[in-house]
Amino acid sequence: MSELHLLSTEQLITGLQNKQFSSAELTEHYIKRIDALDSKINSFITHTSETARAQAKAADELRAQGDQRPLLGVPMAHKDIFCTQGVLTTCGSKMLHNFVSPYDATIVSNIDKAGMISLGKLNMDEFAMGSDNSSSYYGTVQNPWNLERVPGGSSGGSAAAVAAGFVPVATGSDTGGSIRQPASFCGLTGIKPTYGRVSRFGMIAYASSLDQAGSMGRSAKDCAYLLQPMIGHDPRDATSIKYEMPDYVQDINDAQAAAGDKPFEGLRIGVAKEYFGTGLDSEVEQAARAALKKYEELGATIVEVNITDPEITLATYYMLAPAEASSNLSRFDGVRFGYRCENPTDLIDLYTRSRSEGFGPEVQRRILTGTYALSAGYFDAYYTKAQKIRRLIVKDFDEAFASCDVIASPTAPTAAYKLSEDLDPATMYLGDVYTIAVNLAGLPALSQPVGLTTEGLPIGLQLIGKHWQESQLLTTAHLFQQHTDHHLQHSTIAKETV
Amino acid sequence: MSTATTDNNAVREHAVRKELFVDGYEVVIGIEIHCQLNTESKIFSSAPTDFGHEPNSQASIVDLGLPGVLPVLNAGVVDRALKFGIGVNAELGLFNTFDRKNYFYPDLPKGYQITQMANPIVGVGYIDVVVNEGEKNEYPKRMGITRAHLEEDAGKSVHDAVDGMTGVDLNRAGTPLIEIVSEPDMRSAHEALAYIKAIHQLVTWLGISDAVMAEGSFRCDCNVSVRKPGADLGTRTELKNLNSFRFIERAINREIERQIDILEDGGKVVQATMLYDPERDETRVMRTKEDANDYRYFPDPDLLPVRIEQHTVDAIKAAMPELPVARRARFEEALGLSEYDARILTGSRQIADYFEDVVAEIGQQDAKMAGNWVMGDLLGALNKDDTDIIDSPISAKQLAGMLKRIKDDTLSGKLAKKVFSALYEREGGDGDDAADKIIKDKGLKQETDTGAIKAMVEEVIAKNEAMVEEYRGGKEKAFNGLVGQVMKASRGSANPQQVNQILKELLG
Repeated sequence: MSELHLLSTEQLITGLQNKQFSSAELTEHYIKRIDALDSKINSFITHTSETARAQAKAADELRAQGDQRPLLGVPMAHKDIFCTQGVLTTCGSKMLHNFVSPYDATIVSNIDKAGMISLGKLNMDEFAMGSDNSSSYYGTVQNPWNLERVPGGSSGGSAAAVAAGFVPVATGSDTGGSIRQPASFCGLTGIKPTYGRVSRFGMIAYASSLDQAGSMGRSAKDCAYLLQPMIGHDPRDATSIKYEMPDYVQDINDAQAAAGDKPFEGLRIGVAKEYFGTGLDSEVEQAARAALKKYEELGATIVEVNITDPEITLATYYMLAPAEASSNLSRFDGVRFGYRCENPTDLIDLYTRSRSEGFGPEVQRRILTGTYALSAGYFDAYYTKAQKIRRLIVKDFDEAFASCDVIASPTAPTAAYKLSEDLDPATMYLGDVYTIAVNLAGLPALSQPVGLTTEGLPIGLQLIGKHWQESQLLTTAHLFQQHTDHHLQHSTIAKETV
Repeated sequence: MSTATTDNNAVREHAVRKELFVDGYEVVIGIEIHCQLNTESKIFSSAPTDFGHEPNSQASIVDLGLPGVLPVLNAGVVDRALKFGIGVNAELGLFNTFDRKNYFYPDLPKGYQITQMANPIVGVGYIDVVVNEGEKNEYPKRMGITRAHLEEDAGKSVHDAVDGMTGVDLNRAGTPLIEIVSEPDMRSAHEALAYIKAIHQLVTWLGISDAVMAEGSFRCDCNVSVRKPGADLGTRTELKNLNSFRFIERAINREIERQIDILEDGGKVVQATMLYDPERDETRVMRTKEDANDYRYFPDPDLLPVRIEQHTVDAIKAAMPELPVARRARFEEALGLSEYDARILTGSRQIADYFEDVVAEIGQQDAKMAGNWVMGDLLGALNKDDTDIIDSPISAKQLAGMLKRIKDDTLSGKLAKKVFSALYEREGGDGDDAADKIIKDKGLKQETDTGAIKAMVEEVIAKNEAMVEEYRGGKEKAFNGLVGQVMKASRGSANPQQVNQILKELLG
């Protein structure tokens, strides 16, 4: 029983099906671990242990009655950006420290319908703004591999909880790399699907045209299991798209069945020199190149492609995302919900102090940047120009994909750094340098573990796919994981038994 | 006169009407109209748009702007806006997009209003109006429309519900609006009023809005400036939220006077938003340009562009009702109605439809008679009861049933008035034959039997020798007296023409 949390999602499903353990036992195992160990890493903001126990019991009864849903009774947890009916949803902010949503996000109800059990709400950078979870009102999260290191952001709580063995899988959201970068820092696989694949209804908006929910787990197949119930058209989200529905797990199984010695025969992997340039840590580069070598050994062809200069992409992102954020966060004004300052003297005082006191510095910085970019007189110079560059980025990807099937790069330029390094914002923003172009282009991408630094910190490789090709990304990462064991390494906390 | 046949350019040409000048100043007015579209649910949510409910009972989580919610466009508003665009002969925005207008206000739940800035659904168009309609100095004029765009309404602040507090009612938040922006083509309060009334008639005619001013579903902002003829445009002020035809005219005139007074005193008009106070009949500055917001418009990333196919436009065009101007022209030309009658009978689409339903029953040759009954008796009675024609107690078929009895001489004009009153009181039931029932039940049939009338006439002659003598002595008036006696004897049922004829014959 002590090793339950080291099992894959598939092993958990099989175990439940074969009555090796019940959902109640499984759930209890995770709750026990969270209770004993989360104080070390601070990955949860809200625990829902009691409802989880009740749900697990109900799941066991349903399974006994013949309910065949594969994910029935499998635990998970949500990033605190997703609205959960009757449960606190804070988005990592003091602004929403008291906000109990009256409704469920679409993905929350979908995962619920699949029979999964939610153990709680996971810590995150405030309103998903940040790259190391240091902007959360609920405190930073420690990396389960090394408690002095950051877990990455903004889905840092999700990554840490999975890496610590508190949940097998967790939801995340990715606006500029917020699933992939923490997955990379915590030795996980995480996928950001195509924009429009997963409903954004009920996901508190940061930058609407870039935000996309996705899944995180210890393997590509774990990610596939959780992503499956998340996808699909949602009539409540006008940007969610009706598109053919893949079966990710089935696709993986089919590909594995068909694979020979050289499973990647015919696969062309694009490598861009722009993503192996200055600022890239040498250990990260070595691990990424070694992984590419492995892909080649397994039959893939490496081709050179060109994509937009990451520095231009970074500037574009940090113009557009704050612009949208400044507008999206206007509703947090102290009038109807969330934090309200004490004894406002008048309306302007209510707005000013509620927002000054309720938002942290990183959120305020981005609101101000975005407000400036949208202001009369600056709009064309900043916002309009950034939109034009965004179209060029899309075009560059289109051209790159003419000669390859997937594009590979390091996920982040470094492994997890120390929080005390206290980066200035501009340097921290550089951590997103390889991930953000994907959001600007609306493409799917995943990060998979491809090794450890000499200090024992995980390193991630990013795979970028064409629109709607999540299945190919998951399958590619999965087949790689059949021939390697990077994803089977466990963090310090995961190895602890309670 | 029929504006449909007037040369467009001649109408558009603004003859400088010196009689419009006020103290030697030319007035320039442009108008923005916020018109609520009559969809059942809101523009971006499924909450109902009903008016007059408990505060915040008609607002969904989307209207409340809760974290995480997203807007989804109600397709019904697109159809309605396209109808309007076709109705004002406009270029249609077949690719139109939504933008966010950002500002803070307690009744604006999201901190931004979703509107159409860059690519509106309706582009440049025009509407032909008649200024001072029905009066001696009436004249036609073409008013330019710059654009019309879709947007959501905000909620409202409630200042008097709780002492010392301001409440927010978001029932109205998310109500679909079309904002109609005119060219600065109006040169007087009368012209402004004519334009506003024409737009009001059009939107109700098209059935896209209830346009009830008192409920705020049709609101006007007027931009007013004055200048010496030939000078550049003067500084304008904006009169906000005018919500009755009467106040619009008064408010504009007060504002014109205010501006001229300032200029005559050597001062400068300051660009400002003005409020009109009907109690004191004056305009007051609400805020000046200095506190104007920077709205930071940008495309709303939550809503995809709306692409409208030509076949959709074609289908809407094919289903468009005949518009007031065209219908009026047809009433005059095909039905031979006078200009005055045609105008009254196209006062609203419901009146015109009712009238045409009657005509369809009794035939075009009797359109004039149908028109007289609809305009005179029916609208008069409805007006007295403050009832809309749509709620008329007499259906078009019932009225036609009565008119048929006039035509076949069953009813005289006098008897018909009695039948009409009974119909109005619903005494004939709900059937199309209500008039016949009333005639039968009340014995109101006109006497047309020559023998019977002759007998009555003979009796009257015998009983009124004096009068007969007078007539024979050359007093024509006495004849009318005798007719009256016969009618009285028949209790009004005798056919007056027959009475006349027979009386003349018998009196030689």
